[in-house]
Amino acid sequence: MLKSPAVLVNNASLYYQDKVLFDQLNFYLAAGQTTCLLGMSGIGKSRLLQLIAGLNTFSASVSTCDQKGLAGRLAYMPQTHALLPWLTILDNVVLGYRLRRDNKPYTQARELLHQLGLGDVINKYPEQLSGGMQQRATLARVLLEKRPIVLMDEPFSALDTITRYHLQELTANALKDHTVLLVTHDPLEALRLGHHVAIMSGEPAKINHINCDLADLPPRSLNNPELLQWQAKLLNMLQELK
Amino acid sequence: MAPFIVLRNLFSNRITLLQKFLISLWSLKLTACKKLFLKIYPLFFHKMCIPVWFIMIWEGLIRILQLPNYILPSPFAVLQSLINHAGLITSQTLPTLAEILFGLFFGIILGMAIALSMCLFRKLHAFLLPLLLASQALPVFAIAPLLVLWFGYGITAKIITTIFMLFFPITNNFLDGLKQTPENYLNLAKIMNSNRWQVLYQIRIPAALPNLASGIRLATAMAPLGAIIGEWVGSNQGLGFLLLNTNAQMQIDLMFAVLVVIFFLGIFLYFLVDTLLNRALPWTLLKSS
Repeated sequence: MLKSPAVLVNNASLYYQDKVLFDQLNFYLAAGQTTCLLGMSGIGKSRLLQLIAGLNTFSASVSTCDQKGLAGRLAYMPQTHALLPWLTILDNVVLGYRLRRDNKPYTQARELLHQLGLGDVINKYPEQLSGGMQQRATLARVLLEKRPIVLMDEPFSALDTITRYHLQELTANALKDHTVLLVTHDPLEALRLGHHVAIMSGEPAKINHINCDLADLPPRSLNNPELLQWQAKLLNMLQELK
Repeated sequence: MAPFIVLRNLFSNRITLLQKFLISLWSLKLTACKKLFLKIYPLFFHKMCIPVWFIMIWEGLIRILQLPNYILPSPFAVLQSLINHAGLITSQTLPTLAEILFGLFFGIILGMAIALSMCLFRKLHAFLLPLLLASQALPVFAIAPLLVLWFGYGITAKIITTIFMLFFPITNNFLDGLKQTPENYLNLAKIMNSNRWQVLYQIRIPAALPNLASGIRLATAMAPLGAIIGEWVGSNQGLGFLLLNTNAQMQIDLMFAVLVVIFFLGIFLYFLVDTLLNRALPWTLLKSS
């Protein structure tokens, strides 16, 4: 079982093309739970995610509650172009091990791909797969990395509704006990998958945690009328912020 | 007036009937023609028909303009010359082919090496770029005699001319590819704790391979030109040498035969390299489909 730490972001500031995206921003990700970050496009959600991952030049202190730091404990799941087109699915799934020149856990990768229903396509190239299958392969890679903190940047937004619904469930079950940040623009997705929902808004942006108090645990069923009421509420909030 | 109107109506009625009949007959004929035409005309544009067209136009030009044999020999004369001098042409093709292949091989290696070093070391980039551009601004024709002077009449000077001609498209395309690695891939590698060399070897170079392939295709198309220019300025063998000689001796039909050989050599090389590249990079074919 993974021990996933909480992640704290303090005093994050980011300037992008002479625009203050956010200044003195504080944010936290609860340990072993999924936090969904909502907000309009262009507000800086993805930038915040990249900031946590240490991908852009930034000024912030990002720390974990167990003081071990983030290095080597992150996995990243982008929206598109997550798989390298010149590698087969199997090689894409063990990409992290290839890049670190570790022993490649092919047997484990095969098992994982079989579990995710990709057993027949392990030797195909990503271009030969549908969008949903590609994202499943990306998920397999994230899982194989065995890292306690997972950052997901709109991972399902390029998929059709049915595929998205299925993949949300799959992902939520697979990433139980991970500390997850899921950036999305879909309130329903946030409500289904998040233990916590936060909205990013304003200029410079601030983050407000929304206290939803939904009884059941993610992935939540859509049959819950409370969930749908909250979807309406969140939509209203997002509209007002606009 | 009344009978006149009746007559006119009757007449115009007749006309329309006749017209209808004629039109229907014509359209019937047209559809039959059309069908035949639709069946036959793709054959004319089939790629195997292009040489046939070319030869027909060639022969037609000679017939119409009454061109003498020493201006433009007929396709048949060229074919005959090709058969009569098969031994000579083959013996002269081999050195040229060797020059092309060696030039291509070393040109690709040189082009890749320059692109990689320019990509890795920023300072070298600023230093090499003007040099590269200068090398391309100088016409190969001007440099080739110098190379013959330095490296003699042998095969070396021709290989160097060929390399000189084709390394630049390779460097340029490969460097373009190396600079344009999608940010997502680099982010992934960074999060996966990859070091710089692994990023280069496993991400940046493979991502640039399609660009390198198009550079190699371009270089392949240019390679015969480099070799023949090299032979043109000073040699005692090769197709370029043969071209020069036949021209001087007014053996125009043989000269055309050599041109035909160069033409097919170029096409064959290009398709060979194209096929090999597609085999080597199968994923690049998936995107277009």
